[in-house]
Amino acid sequence: MAVVSAPLSHAGGMVVAPPSLADPAYQGLWSWVTTVDHKRIGILYGVSAGAFFVLGGLEALVIRLQLWQPDNTLVSAQMFNSLFTMHATTMIFLAIMPLGLMFFNYIIPLQIGARDVAFPRLNAFSYWTFILGGIMLNLSFLLGGAPDAGWFGYANLTTRTYSPGPGIDFWMLGLQVLGVASLAGALNFFVTIVNMRAPGLSFMRLPIFCWMSLITMILLLLAFPSITVGLLLLMFDRFFNTNFYSVPHGGDPILWQHLFWVFGHPEVYILILPAMGIVSEIIPVFSRKPLFGYAVMVYSGIAIAFLAFGVWAHHMFAVGLGPIADAVFASSTMLIAVPTGVKIFNWIGTMFKGSVAFKTPMLFAVGFISMFIIGGVTGIMHASPPADLIQHDTYFIVAHIHYVLIGGSIMALLAGVYYWFPKMSGRMLNETLGKWNFWTFIIFFNVTFMPMHWTGLLGMPRRVYTYGAELGVTTLNQISTIGAIGLAFSVLLFVVNVFTSLRYGEIASDDPWDGATLEWSIPSPPPTYNFARIPTVHSRDAWWGMKHPERLHLDPIEPTPLAGGPAHSTETAHTVVQTAPHDTTPSVIHFPSPSYWPFVCSAGLATMAVGLLLSDSFGEMTIPIFAILGLVLLIGGIYGWSYEPA
Amino acid sequence: MTHTAVPVIVDSGAAPPALEAPLELEHPHTSTGQDNRKLLMWAFLASDCMFFGTLIATYMVYKNRSLTGPYPREIFDVPYTSVSAFVLLLSSLTMVLALSSIQRGEERKLRIWLGATALLGCVFLAGQFYEFTTFYREGLTLSTNLFGSTFFTLTGFHGTHVFIGVFWLASLVVHSFRGKLHREHSLLVEIAGLYWHFVDIVWILIFTLVYLIPD
Repeated sequence: MAVVSAPLSHAGGMVVAPPSLADPAYQGLWSWVTTVDHKRIGILYGVSAGAFFVLGGLEALVIRLQLWQPDNTLVSAQMFNSLFTMHATTMIFLAIMPLGLMFFNYIIPLQIGARDVAFPRLNAFSYWTFILGGIMLNLSFLLGGAPDAGWFGYANLTTRTYSPGPGIDFWMLGLQVLGVASLAGALNFFVTIVNMRAPGLSFMRLPIFCWMSLITMILLLLAFPSITVGLLLLMFDRFFNTNFYSVPHGGDPILWQHLFWVFGHPEVYILILPAMGIVSEIIPVFSRKPLFGYAVMVYSGIAIAFLAFGVWAHHMFAVGLGPIADAVFASSTMLIAVPTGVKIFNWIGTMFKGSVAFKTPMLFAVGFISMFIIGGVTGIMHASPPADLIQHDTYFIVAHIHYVLIGGSIMALLAGVYYWFPKMSGRMLNETLGKWNFWTFIIFFNVTFMPMHWTGLLGMPRRVYTYGAELGVTTLNQISTIGAIGLAFSVLLFVVNVFTSLRYGEIASDDPWDGATLEWSIPSPPPTYNFARIPTVHSRDAWWGMKHPERLHLDPIEPTPLAGGPAHSTETAHTVVQTAPHDTTPSVIHFPSPSYWPFVCSAGLATMAVGLLLSDSFGEMTIPIFAILGLVLLIGGIYGWSYEPA
Repeated sequence: MTHTAVPVIVDSGAAPPALEAPLELEHPHTSTGQDNRKLLMWAFLASDCMFFGTLIATYMVYKNRSLTGPYPREIFDVPYTSVSAFVLLLSSLTMVLALSSIQRGEERKLRIWLGATALLGCVFLAGQFYEFTTFYREGLTLSTNLFGSTFFTLTGFHGTHVFIGVFWLASLVVHSFRGKLHREHSLLVEIAGLYWHFVDIVWILIFTLVYLIPD
């Protein structure tokens, strides 16, 4: 990497003004509470989501153990309901989405050549709101019973009449708080990607991960209001006796299903599009070829997002919406297989005739493609209403969703961790453990979920705490349970790999994979300010273009001196003042000060929700008291935030 | 948490570059040329469109499906609500005048027009409060029937938006009185204006769909 940088000192640069993240006085817990650095917030998201992932996995293990044999009594039916509800809610909202946010936070600013996200404090606010919402949701296990109506929470099971306990309140308010976090995050990354790109980084040069993230943000912005309203109506029904889902008063529970799935189906693409973006970054790098059909990849991502809003009722074929609605939604659902298929062929096309190196990230990426194809094919099967009526609410659907979400999202996210871990930590993950991790993961994943296709078609309904021996699915269930234990073992290998590599892993170079995108042009881990100088982008795969212009059939490019040299010693920079060689006017890199106001705002939001939660045990008066307390915190936080010098 | 900037010269080179260089550029360079905050507001409004779209759709789905009275025709006072709708629409005009004042650097006029906008918003809110209490006295509550539930929820959330807007405008007026809102900060007024106009437009939709179109 000869291209790295004229040292900053040659440019007459200087550094002013601590405090900084590397400052020893600025490393404690408080520094993490007040951090506004996108890299630190990314790590916070990763660690929290990892913990929730383990929690959700343990819930799944208990579910599998309960289903080990017919008429098992390991857990009660009530507990089983809570377990599958919390398993799904945790995995979707507290594990996969925030794992995506870890990468959005850490990688997007680096890939677009920015020094931070557009709104660093809003970013901190998203994280704190997310973590408080997640904790609130899980406290339900200790405070009066976890939610038990499924992650989809169908009305009118969720109304006060049929779910009198506080479980649904925790679920509803927890999701509402998480929704605020998602909305704030989506706004932030939308603006970041649209507005903070380095010079020359046009949209059609944007790294494909950023493209898929941008589309995800648009989905989040447009899909979340629907569930927000659905949950608000539910909240009003439960606390203020409105009639939205109350059948005796003319309310229609199907309204909830529409509101939920208008959000719920785009949500599926919110979970998978970032995964597709990660895989689209990894496959070219390990095939030593630019992504095949970049533009078509972008367009198909947009097409998926567009169609995502027109397929929601395929979750509701069993409702009986009538032949016309069923036909329309079946067609649009099958149509969405086209852009998805295009993506799969493009990944294969990228590998075709490439010199493929099967390092762990690539193994997981290829594993993603193969498992996602299986999940996609079963998806097309129940896009057809007659087939769906047979498969509906059976383990066949459970198999499908896990092939898409574990075989799809989780495998891609693991690929992303193996790929970007060197950049984030400065150390490589162990390759041998990584390969063990991959093979145990993909084998036990299939052992767990492949049999569920048969379990389902043989008629075992999902979300039922046990089954009879006469159904003839005992062996299949036992295979699944064994697989689940194996899968847990594989995740354990991953955790061991992360912790040992953090301490003993091989030191990573700045660019260990000969990467294509700008994050590999700066030190591992990156300095606080990311880029000493903002790079100028001349091509797609910007960093490849700078390193190997001849390979991309480009004219030789004069690379922007990025970081390196004395930049390392300025990692402590809070504010970096630099001058370009030919420029005598100093430009200023301004960094926002650490701030606790985002945390105050998040705490205010959570306080309001807690008042509603406590009203069951401590009476109605907690609602106004906590609402006022929370509002004071929130409004105080917003004003403190606004008047704080950014 | 603010930190006083203690200059620490790591690499002296020549004379230290001018420390009086502005620490924050008012309009940092962006890819689209639009300010980040303005883009954020547009994106938020797109999301808010879906929010009100969903609420309005809920109202429309449940229209004429109440099992008991009071029904909309019995209690709506369309001329009364037309006046308050007109007041809210008028506030969009004063908002535009406020923005044009700050863009021309006329700070006294800015305060007058911002204050007028907030005041008109308050009049609208007072009108809504009076309407709600009247309906309540005539027997319509959140839980009476589907009309009550959907009507109060939809118009209540719109009212909450207006309330937040009034708060925001009042804060800007205070900001201006403290001498901190000048010509170069016109973007702050522009963004508040975007929000305010959006809330107005939503009311046009609600007023038409809820009050004007007969059952």
